Amino acid sequence: MSGHPTPETGQSPGGRHLGELKKGERARVTGVDERGVVTTLPEGELERRMIEMGLVEGSHVEVLHEAFPGRDPIAIRVNEHTLALRRAEARAVLVAPAA
Amino acid sequence: MSVLDSALPPRIALVGNPNCGKTALFNALTGSRQKVANYPGVTVERKIGHFVSPLGRRVQVIDLPGTYSLRARSPDEEVTRDVVLGRFSHEDSPDLLVCVADATNLRLNLRLVVELKRLGRPIILALNMMDAAEKRGCRIDAAALSAALGVPVVPTVAIRRGGVQPLLEQIDGAMAMASDAAADAAENSAPCGWSEPSSRDLRAYHQEVEGLLAGCVADAGLPPLATRRVDAVLLHPVFGLAFLFLVLFLMFQAVFAWAEAPMNLIDGAVSGLKDWVAATLPDGALRSLLTDGIIAGVGSVVIFLPQILVLFFFILVLEATGYLARAAFLLDRLMGGVGLHGRAFIPLLSSFACAVPGVMAARTIENRADRLATIMIAPLMTCSARLPVYTLLIAAFVPDRPLLGGLVGLPGLVMFALYAAGILSALAVAFVLKGTVFKGAREPLLMELPAYRLPNPRDIALGLFERAKVFLARAGTTIFALMIVMWFLASFPGAPEGATEPAIQYSIAGMIGHALEPLLAPIGFTWQIAVALVPGIAAREVAVGVLGTIYALSESGDALQSSLAGALAASWSLPTALSLLAWYVFAPQCVATLSVVKRETNGWFWPAVMFAYMITLAYGASFITYRVASALL
Ligand SMILES: Nc1nc2c(ncn2[C@@H]2O[C@H](COP(=O)(O)OP(=O)(O)OP(=O)(O)O)[C@@H](O)[C@H]2O)c(=O)[nH]1
Ligand SMILES: [Mg+2]
Repeated sequence: MSGHPTPETGQSPGGRHLGELKKGERARVTGVDERGVVTTLPEGELERRMIEMGLVEGSHVEVLHEAFPGRDPIAIRVNEHTLALRRAEARAVLVAPAA
Repeated sequence: MSVLDSALPPRIALVGNPNCGKTALFNALTGSRQKVANYPGVTVERKIGHFVSPLGRRVQVIDLPGTYSLRARSPDEEVTRDVVLGRFSHEDSPDLLVCVADATNLRLNLRLVVELKRLGRPIILALNMMDAAEKRGCRIDAAALSAALGVPVVPTVAIRRGGVQPLLEQIDGAMAMASDAAADAAENSAPCGWSEPSSRDLRAYHQEVEGLLAGCVADAGLPPLATRRVDAVLLHPVFGLAFLFLVLFLMFQAVFAWAEAPMNLIDGAVSGLKDWVAATLPDGALRSLLTDGIIAGVGSVVIFLPQILVLFFFILVLEATGYLARAAFLLDRLMGGVGLHGRAFIPLLSSFACAVPGVMAARTIENRADRLATIMIAPLMTCSARLPVYTLLIAAFVPDRPLLGGLVGLPGLVMFALYAAGILSALAVAFVLKGTVFKGAREPLLMELPAYRLPNPRDIALGLFERAKVFLARAGTTIFALMIVMWFLASFPGAPEGATEPAIQYSIAGMIGHALEPLLAPIGFTWQIAVALVPGIAAREVAVGVLGTIYALSESGDALQSSLAGALAASWSLPTALSLLAWYVFAPQCVATLSVVKRETNGWFWPAVMFAYMITLAYGASFITYRVASALL
């Protein structure tokens, strides 16, 4: 696990998750915690995939585009590359406002 | 390594993230023309080639599917893992790993390099796309990176002439060292030790990469602004989707509009050739075989070359620009409505060309249920081999009326409707499958969107040339052979004394057609159609060729010059034509599709299901179309 204590909701106190960012918002990743996200994947798998795709503590993210309908999925810039993911899974990525 | 083994050429494998240019490097090294395109997941199986190094050493290269980690999550990535770890049956792990990294995106790419380094195998790191990296203002100290990683690092530009020279030289050096090492370390050929990294390990790799970047990369470069600006429009929730549908519509419209002139040319050439043969040879079986069998049959297929090239032109351009991954992004939510993954768009779009690569491209879909659902509907996308049938019937039965002030033609619109019927029924089938046999939530979508790239005209031209070659080779072999067989079946035995009908009625083909007729009469098919459907299972476009031969053989003297479309218009009713079109929307797939499905699903069960459900849909759709059309018209 990320080593960042978080309540069961998957949301850190006062912090936010990537899934709720709006278009144009920038943030810094503070942790990856897949509890609270429903997936078909075995335990621990979503977290590992996120890390492999560059969503790891310290990464800079910015929401670039939103698809239709429901502003989902989203395209985000992660450091140097662009990544498409759904908001549901993006909940696993905890973020803080960019410094 | 045994004495025998050392006689084999040394093997190197290209490993790296998806879309970093491994196949482009493979092509540059070996001179082959494997498919290169700008989206992640192009290569789905291993490809083997050879080249001779500058020092004259013959080397075997293996191109592998891209992956973010050896923890393979989909069937294509398993291939990479098994080759790298030497788990493939009877194969040692490669003597040298060439890790390919996209220099514009080192942070992401180096993590795999760090993971691979732990295997303890000889490694070279190729920093590919150096041209793009320089344009972005990246400043990478390759020497420092090499020192910090402890492996040789070479910059490459896979798509530029001479862009792989440094890699070639480095391979020679590494091979010499690797064979020395292999000589005194027998355990080298044993499967390497590797265990799945935990999330803690992954974070450690990440830290290592951050350290490397801090020491060796002075400037990571600016992200491409152009891509971002273009995406602001193309990924717009409303304009983006509108643009996507416009592109697809234009594609089908162009298949008609652009191909018309060259098709007329080919048509003229074919009938000229036929006339010339008819005038030169004396009347008899040989002349009939040449004109009615080969020229009428093969000619009626070859005429569709321009349309197929227009279709491939669009697909090649879409693939090369990087738009396909965007389409998957835009459609993820909509396709989710029927339970499909956005990624499924890519295999489905390739299925417009041919279902065989489409079914194979589904390998990049991780979840088995999602993948099977995609495979099962891929043949419902109208493949290019069905295009001739559509075109022929449209030419025969749909008047060429301009609509919207000449912007679109009625034939193009009908064509679009046929494609749309295929797509919509595919979605309906997916919905049913995902609601019953393939229940379950969708896999997460985690997909890199590559930077846009201008397609290289030379690559597109070569790609089209390649397609034309394949198509003509097929016309010259499979279709040619089938046409000769069909001509024999349609010509022998000849008509008995005092026959009133054209001779073909009494031939074997005629008998087959008449035997099948009762089965197909409820859906309005004539015995000629029945004859054409049988070889159509081997290669769908042959159906058109067979009709060409049948009608050439049935025609009497004065009708001889009329085109096949004209002959059909004169002898079929409109409901019959519509019914055949409906049949071909679902047309039970060809043998090639069924066998690739068997290979991809490891058994006959799924191909059998596919055949059964498609033939049922085809028969049902034709039945309804025929009945409704007969009642209304
Ligand atoms: N500018 C530039 N483009 C490159 C270079 N090498 C490859 N490309 C382009 O990058 C894209 C991806 O190349 P591929 O060779 O298909 O990538 P791959 O690593 O085989 O990808 P997968 O098979 O999906 O894993 C294509 O559009 C290539 O034309 C390079 O050195 N410079
Ligand atoms: Mg490739």
